[in-house]
Amino acid sequence: MEQIQIPPVDLAVVAPLITVVGWAIVLLLVDVFFVPAGQKRITGYLGIAGLVMAGAVAAPLWGSDSSTFGGMLVLDNFALALTWIFLLIGAISMVIALDYLPRQGIEQGEFYPLIMFAVSAMMLLGQSANLIVMFLGIELLSITLYILTGFAYPRLSSEEAAMKYLLLGAFAAGFFVYGIALIYGQTGTVQLFSTAPGQESLAEYLGRQTFAAVDLTLLLVGSGLVLVAFGFKVALVPFHMWTPDVYEGAPTPVTAFMSVGTKGAALAALLRLLDMALPSLQPIWLPVLATLAAVTMLLGNLGAIAQSNVKRMLAYSSIGHAGYLLLGVMTVSERGVQGFLFYLLAYSLTNLGAFAVLIALEQRGEAAWSLDDFAGLWQRQPFLALAMAVFMLSLAGVPPTAGFVGKFYVFMAAWEGGLGWLALVGMLTSAIAAFFYLRVIARMFMQEPVRDVQPQLFRGLTLGISIAAAGTLIFGILPTLLINVVQQTALAVGR
Amino acid sequence: MTSFPLLSIVLWLPALGALLLLLLPRNRDALYRQVGLMFTVATFVVSLGLLVSFSTPAGAAASAAAPPTMRLLEQLPWIPAWGVGYSIGLDGVSLWLVLLTTLLTPIAAWASWNSITTQVRYFQVLLLLLETALIGVFVSVDLFLFYIFWEFTLIPMALMIGIWGGANRMAAAMKFFLYTFAASLLMLLSIIGVYALHRSAIGATQPGFGGTFDLLRIVADLRSGAFALDGNLARLLFGGFLAAFAVKAPIWPFHSWLPDAYSEAPTPVVILLSAVMSKLGTYGLVRFNLTLFPEAAGWAAPAVAVLAVIGILYGAMVAYAQSDMKRLVAYSSLSHMGFVVLGIFALNGLGVSGAVLQMVNHGLTTAALFLIVGMLESRRGSRDLAAFGGLWQATPVLGGLTLLVVLSSAGLPGLNGFVGEFTIMQGAYSSPTLGWPFLAFAVLGVVLAVVYLLRMFRSAFMGDTLAETASLRDLNRQELAVLVLLCLPMVAIGLFPNLLLVSVEEGVAGVMRGILVAVASR
Repeated sequence: MEQIQIPPVDLAVVAPLITVVGWAIVLLLVDVFFVPAGQKRITGYLGIAGLVMAGAVAAPLWGSDSSTFGGMLVLDNFALALTWIFLLIGAISMVIALDYLPRQGIEQGEFYPLIMFAVSAMMLLGQSANLIVMFLGIELLSITLYILTGFAYPRLSSEEAAMKYLLLGAFAAGFFVYGIALIYGQTGTVQLFSTAPGQESLAEYLGRQTFAAVDLTLLLVGSGLVLVAFGFKVALVPFHMWTPDVYEGAPTPVTAFMSVGTKGAALAALLRLLDMALPSLQPIWLPVLATLAAVTMLLGNLGAIAQSNVKRMLAYSSIGHAGYLLLGVMTVSERGVQGFLFYLLAYSLTNLGAFAVLIALEQRGEAAWSLDDFAGLWQRQPFLALAMAVFMLSLAGVPPTAGFVGKFYVFMAAWEGGLGWLALVGMLTSAIAAFFYLRVIARMFMQEPVRDVQPQLFRGLTLGISIAAAGTLIFGILPTLLINVVQQTALAVGR
Repeated sequence: MTSFPLLSIVLWLPALGALLLLLLPRNRDALYRQVGLMFTVATFVVSLGLLVSFSTPAGAAASAAAPPTMRLLEQLPWIPAWGVGYSIGLDGVSLWLVLLTTLLTPIAAWASWNSITTQVRYFQVLLLLLETALIGVFVSVDLFLFYIFWEFTLIPMALMIGIWGGANRMAAAMKFFLYTFAASLLMLLSIIGVYALHRSAIGATQPGFGGTFDLLRIVADLRSGAFALDGNLARLLFGGFLAAFAVKAPIWPFHSWLPDAYSEAPTPVVILLSAVMSKLGTYGLVRFNLTLFPEAAGWAAPAVAVLAVIGILYGAMVAYAQSDMKRLVAYSSLSHMGFVVLGIFALNGLGVSGAVLQMVNHGLTTAALFLIVGMLESRRGSRDLAAFGGLWQATPVLGGLTLLVVLSSAGLPGLNGFVGEFTIMQGAYSSPTLGWPFLAFAVLGVVLAVVYLLRMFRSAFMGDTLAETASLRDLNRQELAVLVLLCLPMVAIGLFPNLLLVSVEEGVAGVMRGILVAVASR
């Protein structure tokens, strides 16, 4: 019998990942044995420190292009940029949760390690070059998120959200595995692209085929199933039904985390699959994805118009934003990849900030998220109102905010990729979206308070909101800072 | 070309003032007002320096295909990866619009002293930010930079309408913002389209060309034939620009935000809204639609001119039916902007020069009219025509100046309105695409303008003195000074139109070169 070859492991490739996972495991133990109840924010500080540490560990790796575990995990600039974005998302989510948890009476130390596990899962998705690893990442991410969604026990809406998310998520996972099986059945590989000469992979397989000669049914059906699973995770229409309920029910910092993190990670994985493994099938999947993106942008934004609950409105709007992100994914061009990364960061900062403002308005037992609760916020809490205005303008894509530059980036990519009509749909839906974002601003600045809401600002929250607002403005006014970075992430995209 | 960044100083001085205002101590409303006025006046004074660079005529253009000649050009890379630059410059078209802005903003700031009493600091901040954004639109020669300023004008303007406006302010502000924002997005798509087409066209012959948003470069390539914008795609892109400008100007039937916004906005805001902001639209038509798409402009000219004429007549007729003076002036503004659009789409030097001139004229007169309405409203507590009568006896000075402004607006020879409208009509008549029918309707519009303006004047200032209006006080010294400040240029332009026309024609010639090339190649 042939000896099983254990490929050499290059630890540098997984160093940031190991840092986060290791830190989270240790932190779980530290939390149980050393952090007294009621002082759980110490765990939070340690968790943030861990994420910062991982970011520092990743820094010297910039510019490397290597792989390990037999090519299943890769480390390129794209993965690194994603790593930093995910770490930032995790850190901001923790910062805004520091005060939220005790105020809601759900302060449990394991919240922070769970976020770290979720972050590590997202990083794994960003680094994976193999469908099985992708599945691992998606499952790790989903399971932690099921727990986090239900974290506000015994609040019913939170439990309901977790249950819903679990059921639909399980289905999605099923689709994913079945898809992988079919793909493997046709091609005999689950590797996306070859990282070493002679390695078998989907890209290699497709490169060898002349299409007329081969029946690709299994591969196409399998890819379709995988796409459905991604659709669930990203909340693309028509797989978005769970989103508003889950986002509304979950504890707000978790919603903030999910709305940017899950989407980003799943889309990054989808980007690798489509742009690096299946670019030659673009004529087949492009119409499908373009339609999905158009419908997603339309329905997400139309749905948001009808909402008077701002948290629910942001849930719908995040569906719409997934559509814009998808524009960058499907063009299979350097511009598209860069646009995707830029948009992801801009959207992450903005959305996290917007949810952080919601947290400030959320009191124990009663959430003040109706549009009326925003009335006159400018007179009561100028800082919150100003920050919220920046976030709303950025989500709407009004200059000079990062959201505008991000939209510009992906629309430019779409136009250059021959998807002018889709860019037009994007523009029109942005106009629709401006309506409900503006409505919040109008309430805050142009109306007198309707009922008495006492927004509460704590140091952590102020810090989180300030970081998000500053980033939104700085990357809006000086986008070059970021564009220069994302330009170095050029993947080997091509057809 | 000088290395002294005069234009940047004019552009950023108001923003600097806004920043300073934020740093001042609390609850010092008088101080905020003074600082606001000081910075706007300082900006005006500095902006007069811009005239110096226009005192010498530009040398003849290098060739018939040269892009518009920009003076005081400043170019710095901003987003080099995309070919976006901080590029600002002035030509004869933008020069007078910048001066109009810097002249009217201090007047708006002054008008806010009495009418804006809450959140004074933030009003002044927004006013200063708005001035920077407005100037930025006029001086940008980079498509991306232009779009940023263009959109940014919306934020302070919508906030100023929404916070300090009348009873229905929130709806008016939302409508204003959404209307213009939605149309601007179409322009954004067109900007991306022009960029991408230019990039691929030039990239085909120059490998490694990364694309540029520099208007002068794109126009130079257009006119040299290295890059062509024609066919149906060009017409669609043209339409994207047109949509944004048509809503802003506004051109009938895209005007439905206008009556609400104009009548809800407080006096200082409506001055800038009607006098300067509407010019952004017509300026954009000249700067982008005519310059980038001469062929498509010729194709669309008759249709747009028909809309312009409808706007002239519709605005005039609706204005006649108004009893609310602010709404009356608002609709008259719609009617007058129709003339400007008509002049632009005459597509000849006369028409476009007349249009630019008329933009300045309309800015002056409409600002004065809204200012007068504001003064009457603050005295009487109403702006309904029925609430006034025989004011001439109570306020003869105000009456005299109002008559002057009304006559200027109606186009009396010897005043500025006449020069502009006459030049536009000359242009429309001699235009190959338009001709005498348009002229006839335009003349009808002038007649109607006289009718509704004099009707307003008669019922407010003539007739029997109402008991309530007999005791209204006349202008105080400040008010008199401000109104005279607005009336002086009206008379000056009316008597010596060449003060403006020389440089305007030089600027328009830079635009028209492209049209001539397009016509020649047809």
